[in-house]
Amino acid sequence: MKPVAFWGALAAVLAAGLALTSVVANEYYYNALYVILQATMMAVAWNILGGFTGYVNFGSAGFFAIGAYTTVALNKALGLPLPLLILAGGAVGGLVGLGLGYLTLRLKGVYFAIATLAMAIVVETLVNNWSYVGGAKGSYMLTPEKHLWFDSYIQMLFVVMLLLTLSAVAVSRALSSSRLGRGLAAIRDDEVAAECAGVPTLRLKLVSTTVMGAMMGIAGAPFPYFVTYVEPGSAFSLFIAVNAIAMPMIGGTAHWLGPVIGALLVGTTQEIVKVTVSSEMNVLIVGVMLVVFITLAPQGIVGVARKYLRRRAA
Amino acid sequence: MSDELLRVGKLGKRFGGFVALDNVSLTVRAGERLGLIGPNGSGKTTLINCITGALFNDQGTIHFDGRDVTLLPPFQRARAGMARTFQIPRPFRSMTVLENLQVPLEYAARGPSGRRAVDEALEVLEVIGLRERAQEDSARLTQIDMRKLELARAMAAKPRLLISDEAMAGLSSNEVDDVLGILRRLNDTGITIIMIEHIMHAVMRFSERVICLDAGQIICEGTPQSIVQDAGVQRAYLGA
Repeated sequence: MKPVAFWGALAAVLAAGLALTSVVANEYYYNALYVILQATMMAVAWNILGGFTGYVNFGSAGFFAIGAYTTVALNKALGLPLPLLILAGGAVGGLVGLGLGYLTLRLKGVYFAIATLAMAIVVETLVNNWSYVGGAKGSYMLTPEKHLWFDSYIQMLFVVMLLLTLSAVAVSRALSSSRLGRGLAAIRDDEVAAECAGVPTLRLKLVSTTVMGAMMGIAGAPFPYFVTYVEPGSAFSLFIAVNAIAMPMIGGTAHWLGPVIGALLVGTTQEIVKVTVSSEMNVLIVGVMLVVFITLAPQGIVGVARKYLRRRAA
Repeated sequence: MSDELLRVGKLGKRFGGFVALDNVSLTVRAGERLGLIGPNGSGKTTLINCITGALFNDQGTIHFDGRDVTLLPPFQRARAGMARTFQIPRPFRSMTVLENLQVPLEYAARGPSGRRAVDEALEVLEVIGLRERAQEDSARLTQIDMRKLELARAMAAKPRLLISDEAMAGLSSNEVDDVLGILRRLNDTGITIIMIEHIMHAVMRFSERVICLDAGQIICEGTPQSIVQDAGVQRAYLGA
C-alpha cells in the first residue's frame, strides 16, 4: 500500500469514527465497536512477535491484564487521568515483555510458547492474591463524570480505542517494511543464517517482545473503564488469548494487514452472533474458523489474496 | 603478504563423546585462497561453524584481524567481516531473492537502507547471475539457484573473509567454472577466501594452499600439488 493511500485510509477511518459519535446515540454500537477494536489491537500486537518474528505467544491475556491492572492500581493510588494510565499500561506491559524476552532468549518453538503461558498464569496468581487491586473479588471502577465533548463516556472510550488501534496499525506497518522488520523476518525464517548475515538476533527479539508487551498493555489499560468492574477472570480471560492468536492466523501473519483483516472479520462475526444467536457461541465460532483456515488456507486471507494476484499477474 | 587475517589456535570441539575437532591450528593470510578438504565427517563444516560462531568451540582461540573473537556472537563476527555460505542452502524463505540480500547489506555491511541497498543488491545478483530472479520468492528457487543465492548473500555482507562451504555441489561443470571465476574476481579485489569443496579439480585449481582434515585433525597442509601426493591424504580418501 502506498504511504498516501495508507495515511488517507487511517484518516478516513478516524473521521468516520468521529462522525459516528454525532449521528448514532445507541450505546450498544460503541460497546460492540470497542470490543472489536480492542481485539484488533491485540491481534496486531500479537503479530509483531508471532507473525513478524515467528515466536508464538500464548500469554497475551497476561499482558492485557497487566495493562488493565496497572490502570486499577494507579487509579486507586494516584487518581491519574486516562492518557497517563494508558502510557503507564504501555510502560509496564513493555517492561514485562522485555523481562519475558530476557528470560526466554534461548527458548524456541513450543518451549517459548509454554513459557509465555506460564508467565500469564504467574501474573494471574499474583493479581488473585493482591488485595489492593481487589484480588480474586475484583474491583469497581467509577466512570468519570467528564467525557470531553462526547455525549457519553463510552463514546469517548470508543474514540480513544480507535486512535490507539490506528496507531498500533501504523507502528506495525512501519515495522514490517523497515530494516528492523527485515531483521525480524530473517529471525523467523532462519535464526542461524540471520546471525551470520549480521542480524543481532537476541537484541531484535527483545525489541519484538517489548513492543508486543507495550501494545498489549496499552490495549488493556482502558479496559477497567469499559467494563467498570474488573476481576481476574475477565481480565485474564482465555478468550482474549485465543482471539489474539486466531485473528492473525485467519487474516495472515506475514503481512501487517493480516491481523487487521482477521480481527475485523472474526470480531464482527462474534459481535453479530452474540446478539442474534447466543453469547456462548463466540468461542465456537473462532474455533471453527481457525480449523477451517489452518487446514484450507494456512497463509490466511492475505496469503490467499496474494496467491490469487500472483496467478493473475502471471 | 604476511598480514595475518585469521588465526585459529588449538581449537577443540566435542559433541558428547565424539571429538569433532582436535587441536586444530591454522592461519590464513589476508588475500589468500585456502582450500579445505577432507572426507565426509572429518570436521570441515564444524570448523567453519566454530570460526563464524554458529557453534562455540570448547577449547582454543580464534583471532580475526588481530582481534580475539572467540567469545563474540556470530553477528559481530559477520560485522567484523566474516561471511559464509551454508552447505545446505538456508535462504530466508519468506523473502524474495532481493530481500535476502538486503539483510546482510543492511546488517552485516551496515550499508545504506532503502533504494540504495536495493541497487547494491541488484549489482550482486547481476554478478552471480540471478538478476532476473530478483523478485522471485527465494523458497521457489531451484537447488542450484539457491546455492548461487547463498554465495550472493555472503557477498552482500561485503566480507573481508568469505567462507564457501560446498557452494558448487550439484553444479554443472560450466557453472562450476562460473562460480570459480566469481570467487577469483572477489579474491582479486582483496577478499580472502576459504573454500570447502568436494569437487577436487576445482579446489586444486583455485587454492594457493590446501589443508586436509581427517577425523578432526589437520593431517596435511601444503600446495595443491604436494597435497595430492601426500600418503596420508590418499589414505584418508581411499582408505588404502
